[in-house]
Amino acid sequence: MNKLVLIAGGSTLVYACLAVLMGVLPGIELSKTPPGPGVLPLTALQAEGRDVYVANGCSYCHTQQVRPLPQDKIFGRPSAPGDFAYQTPELLGSERTGPDLTNAGVRQPSAVWQYIHLYNPRAVVPESIMPAFDWMFKVVDQALPGMTPVPLPKAYAPPHGVVVPDHQAEALIAYLLSLKQPALPGSSGVEGESTMPSMSSVIGAGTPIAAPGASTVASAPATRGPASAAGGYDVAKGQALFTANCAACHQANGGGLPGAFPPLKGNAAVNDTDPAAHIHAVLHGLQGVKVGGVAYSSPMPPFSGTLNDAAIASIIDYERSSWGNHGRVVTAEQVAAERAKGK
Amino acid sequence: MQTSVTTYHPSLSEKDNRALASMFVAYTIMATLWLLFATAVGLLLAYKFGAPDFAPGAWLTFGRLRPIHTNATFYGWASLALVGLAYYVAARSSGTRLYSAKLAWIGLVLFNVAAVAGTIALDLGYSAGDLEYREWPWPIRLIFLAALVVTAWNLIGTVARRNSEDIYLSNWYTIGGVMWTCIIALVAILPWYQYGLGQVSVSGYYMHNAVGMWFTPLALGMFYYALPKLLNRPIYSYALGVFAFWTNLVFYPIIGAHHFLFSPLPWWLQTTAIVFSVAMLVPVWGGSANFLLTMRGRLGDMAHSYPLMFIFVGVVGYLVGSTQGTFEAFRSLQEVWHLTNFTVGHSHLTMYGFVNFAIWGGVYALLPLATGKAPGQLGLSLHFWMAVVGSFIYVISLSIGGTIQGLDWIHGRPFIQSVVDIQSYWVWRGVGGLLMFLSHIVFAWNVWRMSFGPSATAAPYAPRHAEEAAA
Repeated sequence: MNKLVLIAGGSTLVYACLAVLMGVLPGIELSKTPPGPGVLPLTALQAEGRDVYVANGCSYCHTQQVRPLPQDKIFGRPSAPGDFAYQTPELLGSERTGPDLTNAGVRQPSAVWQYIHLYNPRAVVPESIMPAFDWMFKVVDQALPGMTPVPLPKAYAPPHGVVVPDHQAEALIAYLLSLKQPALPGSSGVEGESTMPSMSSVIGAGTPIAAPGASTVASAPATRGPASAAGGYDVAKGQALFTANCAACHQANGGGLPGAFPPLKGNAAVNDTDPAAHIHAVLHGLQGVKVGGVAYSSPMPPFSGTLNDAAIASIIDYERSSWGNHGRVVTAEQVAAERAKGK
Repeated sequence: MQTSVTTYHPSLSEKDNRALASMFVAYTIMATLWLLFATAVGLLLAYKFGAPDFAPGAWLTFGRLRPIHTNATFYGWASLALVGLAYYVAARSSGTRLYSAKLAWIGLVLFNVAAVAGTIALDLGYSAGDLEYREWPWPIRLIFLAALVVTAWNLIGTVARRNSEDIYLSNWYTIGGVMWTCIIALVAILPWYQYGLGQVSVSGYYMHNAVGMWFTPLALGMFYYALPKLLNRPIYSYALGVFAFWTNLVFYPIIGAHHFLFSPLPWWLQTTAIVFSVAMLVPVWGGSANFLLTMRGRLGDMAHSYPLMFIFVGVVGYLVGSTQGTFEAFRSLQEVWHLTNFTVGHSHLTMYGFVNFAIWGGVYALLPLATGKAPGQLGLSLHFWMAVVGSFIYVISLSIGGTIQGLDWIHGRPFIQSVVDIQSYWVWRGVGGLLMFLSHIVFAWNVWRMSFGPSATAAPYAPRHAEEAAA
C-alpha cells in the first residue's frame, strides 16, 4: 500500500504544485491587470453581441490578438495587456482562417457592409469561406419604421420583400463595430505617423512576390484596363493594396454594390483631372455623399493612419487606370501635399 | 522490481473475468460510437471549407460544430476508450479483479452523460467561451470531473488489491493520468483567477495539460502493458520508463504558454514554456526509445500482428508529433506557423497518429484476450491502411497549406489570398479525412466482432515466439 501512496499521492502532489505554479498563480496575478487608457467596458447591447460571437464560435476562425510582428501590422498595433481587462471569456483564438478582428470597428466601420457580409459573406467577398448567418435575419414585406433593411445584391436578395436583421445580428454588429484599439500612451496609436515607416517596409517586402498572388485573387471578377497605358506606377502593388483595403466594398471589378457602396468604375472623382477629391477621400474617408446622383449612407474609413503616401498613391493610381477609368495618375508627393493640408 | 506483465491469477473466478470483459466491451463500444459521431462531424466541417453554404443554419454552423468535434473526440471517444483499457490493464497487471465493477459502470454513465449534455449545449449555443477543449458549460464539466474521480478511486482500489509488492509501471501512468486530470479539470472550472488576461494564462495551461497529462499517460501506460504482452518479452528498460514518468510529470505542466507566443502574456512565461518544450524531448525520446528497443529485432512480427503495427505507428506518432511540438515552440518557427492550419495538422498528428493508433493497438491486442473473440484479418488490414494513408494525407496537406498561409502573411499579401491559396490543400485534407472516417466504420465492425462475434477457436494472436518464451 505504501508504494501506491508514494506513486499516486506523490506524483499528484508534485502535479498539484505545478498546476498552482503554472495555472493558478499566473491567473491570479494577470487577472489583476488594470484596463489600459481608453479601454472601456462594453455597453449592454455590445456585451450581448459578444455572447452571440461566443455562442457561434467566431473565434475558431478569427483571432483577437495582434502580435508584435510585421505581418500583423495590418490588423492594428500590437495588443497590450491592458486591452483585455474587460474580456472574459477571453477570445484571443488559436486560428486565423479569417482576419483578426481586434480593430475591426476601425478597419470596417460601415454597419451596412457588416450586415451584408454577415448575411452572406460571399455577397461582398466572393472568395470568402465564412458561413452565412442569414438565419440571424428575417424577410419582411416592407421595412417598418425603426427597421433597417439590408441592401443585398440581387443575387443574394430574396425574391420578395426586404431583409432586416434580428436582434442577435444587431447585437453582434454593435459588438464588431465596438472593436477599436485605443491609442497607447507615448505613441500616436493607430492614427499615428509612427506606424508608417514600418508599414511601408512591410509593403515593400511583399511587393515582388505579391504580383502572381494578387493576380490569382483578381482572377475572380476583375476586369482591369490596360495598366501599361497609365504607366508610372507598380500595377501589382496597387492591385494588392486595393484588394486588401478597398475591394471588400468597392469590389474587385470596381462596380461597388448598388445602393450600398459606390462604384469607382466611371466615378467622376476618380476620373477627374484634379485628383484632390480622390486623394482626400482615401486619406480622410467619406460619409453621406452622393455619387452619380445616388446617396450612400455607409461611412468610408480614413486610411491616413494605416497607409503611407506611396501606398495611397498606388491605390489611387490603380483605381484611376482600371476598369476603363482614365484619370491621370498621381505621385506620393501629391498625396503628401494633400495630407499636409489636413482634413 | 517487477519487470514482467502478470498473467491470470488463479484465484480469479470466471465471474470476475466476465465482469471485467463486459466492462471493457461497454467502454469500447461507447467510445466507438463517439468516434463515429465526432469524425462524421469532422468530415462535415472539412467539407464546409470548400462549400461554406452547405448545411446552413444555426445548428450546423461551423463555429458550433467545431468544438463539438473536438470535445466529442476528446471526452467521448479517446477518454472512454483509454479508461476502458486502463481498467483492464490495472486488473490484469495486478492479478486481481476490479475493485468495483459497479463504479466502473457508474463512471461510464457519467462520462456519457457529460459528453451528450456537452454536445447538446454547444449545439444550442451554450458555450463557456470559445476556450479550447473546455467549452462545455461548467456544470457539465463537473459531471466529467465526477466521472474522473470515480475512475481514479476505482483504479487505485484495484491496484491496491494487487498480489505483488510492486506496482506495474502501466498503472503509474494510468493512475497518475486520472489523478492529474482531476486537478486540471478543477483548475479549469474555478472562476476566481480567470478574468481577462488571467484567463488567457489558464487557457494556455489547460489546453496543453488536458492533452499531455491525460491522453499521453493513459496511452503510454497501455503501451507498457500491451507491448510486452504482444511480444512475450519484458519492456526494454523498466528504469527508463520510470525516468520518463517523472520527467514528463515535471516538464509537461510548464509548457502550456507556448500556445500564446507573441501574445500579451508576460514574456518570461512564454520563454519558460519554450525552454521546457525543449526539455520535453527527454521523456519523449526516452519513452519512444524504450518502446522501440522493446520491439528490437522483432519488427518482422508486425507482418503477422496488426495490433503490433497499430502500436508501432502510435509510438512513431508520439515520437514525431511531440518532437514537432518542440520545434513549433521556437519563436522563429511560430512566426510562420502560429494561427495557421499547420497547428491543426500538428494536433491531428498527435491526437490521431499517436493517441488513436495507441488506442486501436491496445483494443486489438487486449479486447480479444478479454472476450476470446477476434476480428478478421481483412477488417484489421482495411482499418489499418485506410487510417494510416488517410492521416498521412491529412497531416501532410495541412502542414504544407498552413506553411503557405504563414508565408502569405509574412509576404504582406492581401489576407484573402491566404484563404485562396490553401483551398486545394483543404480538398486533400478532406480526402484524408474521408479515408480516416471510413477506417472508423471498419473499426466499429471489428469491435462488433470482438464483442459479439463468433468465438475464436485458437488464441487470437499467438505470438510466433510464444513457445520459445514459455520454454
